[in-house]
Amino acid sequence: MTSVLMRQDRTMADAACETGGVRLDHLLVADMVEPGSRVLDVGCGDGELLKLLETRGVDGRGIELSREGVNECVAKGLAVIQGNADTDLADYPDDAFDYVILSQTLQATQHPRLVLEHLLRIARHAVVSFPNFGHWRIRLQIMFRGRMPMTANLPDTWYDTPNIHFCTIKDFRELCDTAGAKMEKAVALNAWGRPLRFNAPWWFWNLLGEQAVFLLSRRA
Amino acid sequence: MAEIELKEDRDSRLREVAHPHSPVAHFSADEPLKLDAGVALGPFQIAYQTYGTLNAARSNAVLVCHALTGDQHVANAHPVTGKPGWWETMVGPGKPIDTERYFVISPNVVGACMGTTGPASLDPATAQVYGLDFPVITIRDMVRAQAMLLDRLGVETLFSVAGGSMGGMQVLQWAASYPERVFSALPIATAARHSAQNIAFHEVGRQAVMADPEWKGGRYFAAGTKPHRGLAVARMGAHITYLSDAALHRKFGRKFQDRDNPTFSFDADFEVESYLRHQGSTFVERFDANSYLYLTRAMDYFDLAADYDGVLANAFRGTPTRFCVISFTSDWLFPTSDSRAIVHALNAGGARVSFAEIETDKGHDAFLLDEPELFAIVRGFLDGAGRARGLAKG
Repeated sequence: MTSVLMRQDRTMADAACETGGVRLDHLLVADMVEPGSRVLDVGCGDGELLKLLETRGVDGRGIELSREGVNECVAKGLAVIQGNADTDLADYPDDAFDYVILSQTLQATQHPRLVLEHLLRIARHAVVSFPNFGHWRIRLQIMFRGRMPMTANLPDTWYDTPNIHFCTIKDFRELCDTAGAKMEKAVALNAWGRPLRFNAPWWFWNLLGEQAVFLLSRRA
Repeated sequence: MAEIELKEDRDSRLREVAHPHSPVAHFSADEPLKLDAGVALGPFQIAYQTYGTLNAARSNAVLVCHALTGDQHVANAHPVTGKPGWWETMVGPGKPIDTERYFVISPNVVGACMGTTGPASLDPATAQVYGLDFPVITIRDMVRAQAMLLDRLGVETLFSVAGGSMGGMQVLQWAASYPERVFSALPIATAARHSAQNIAFHEVGRQAVMADPEWKGGRYFAAGTKPHRGLAVARMGAHITYLSDAALHRKFGRKFQDRDNPTFSFDADFEVESYLRHQGSTFVERFDANSYLYLTRAMDYFDLAADYDGVLANAFRGTPTRFCVISFTSDWLFPTSDSRAIVHALNAGGARVSFAEIETDKGHDAFLLDEPELFAIVRGFLDGAGRARGLAKG
């Protein structure tokens, strides 16, 4: 299984090097995108990732749910529309983009499988990141407290969270198989958004990665 | 004596029609406007205002399209009412559409009554006011006429086209008809087709005009009458659709006008009644009743997709224009769903599009009002487009 992947093997020192005020996970995602390509960022927030991508010659577009986020983006000169990953991806034609980015949003969608299928229909490549529900801290909380976990990265109560479809890294790999996605790259991140340095087996990532970033492509 | 008064009054109504307080471009009978109705309108004229300076590269022109009852007086005092221009908050030095940076052109549309040829103009064939002999015009006709004006002014491409409501329809038509001439487009509070509900509202307005005995089958200039009551009622009804329940409640509630108790009559007891009557009576001083019929009709006929096999995306396929579509949460005349339909089509057509919905309780009229978020978005969008266009910062 590991042979199909180009596991990133970056050291903490690599990850911690000067980022010029740019978020580490944004840099990681941006590095997965070929410069000069056409990119749709689904759930683009305040548009900082799109801005970073545009400095790399990317023709970027965004979809954002929150009105404040959209208006902030448009005022920055970015091409962003207000919309919803569950309902609005269907309106995009096939192969409209080279890459679609879904950052920390999959777990908040109504139909993650459908969303993933749309991503791979709209673009040849998809970059998907999500919080790993298989992380040891989450497992321990359920095991010992017997309650839905709350962590620094996932601070909401179960009844007041936008995250309705949590999954583990292992679960996501299974979804990729089901949805016809090929995994090109995978990176697990620790709590600080730094890539895990170990070239470890999946079960290890599933236990120690707080987040995961996958570069997917449509299976031929 | 009474007849002389009436004559003077008639002339003042016609003053802006024939000799507006604006530059006028004249088009001879040899260069007529070919209308969708299948006839040619000529000779005809277009009254327009400009603000700012066209740069040497001729790359900084912005066309501002006005709404149903607007005109070319975007950013200067209105010659009839003396009121500030209808978009002075948006257009001017240092404003989002910055006249220190852009060359703003604002024409009066064909069919209107502020100096561009319309039903109140003289028909050269009869030397009489056109009235209902004026051909029915469409949004596309308005845009075609504007393109002729730009040719006349030596403006080949527009840095941007902006407008709200009927102005937004012109923006969409511009982008569809002349994609290579439009670098960026700002359709605000508009739709790619007029809804059945909006056609219905317009029909009520037209019937109010036509039910006024002074309308005289549209020949009120010849008859020396004024269909003011009908036009005022049309305006009152329409004005309600430009606001919202929340805005009306906030502004007027159930407050009485200059009294503490109801009069048990049909006097304007409520402030909101008094306000609407005022809106109606001031409107008729500056607007021609037949123009109101023609322009509402033009909006009713607007269905951009119909010209492209019923598929709106086809109107924009492969367009080089970058778009910023804006709607307002409380606009029930051109609701956000209308804007979304435009955005979906633009996305499907592969266009570079931004879309923002602005939260406000001010209804459709919000695009004319002090909405800081609207200004920030327009400014940001034009700045971004200006960078892409290589325009120097103003």
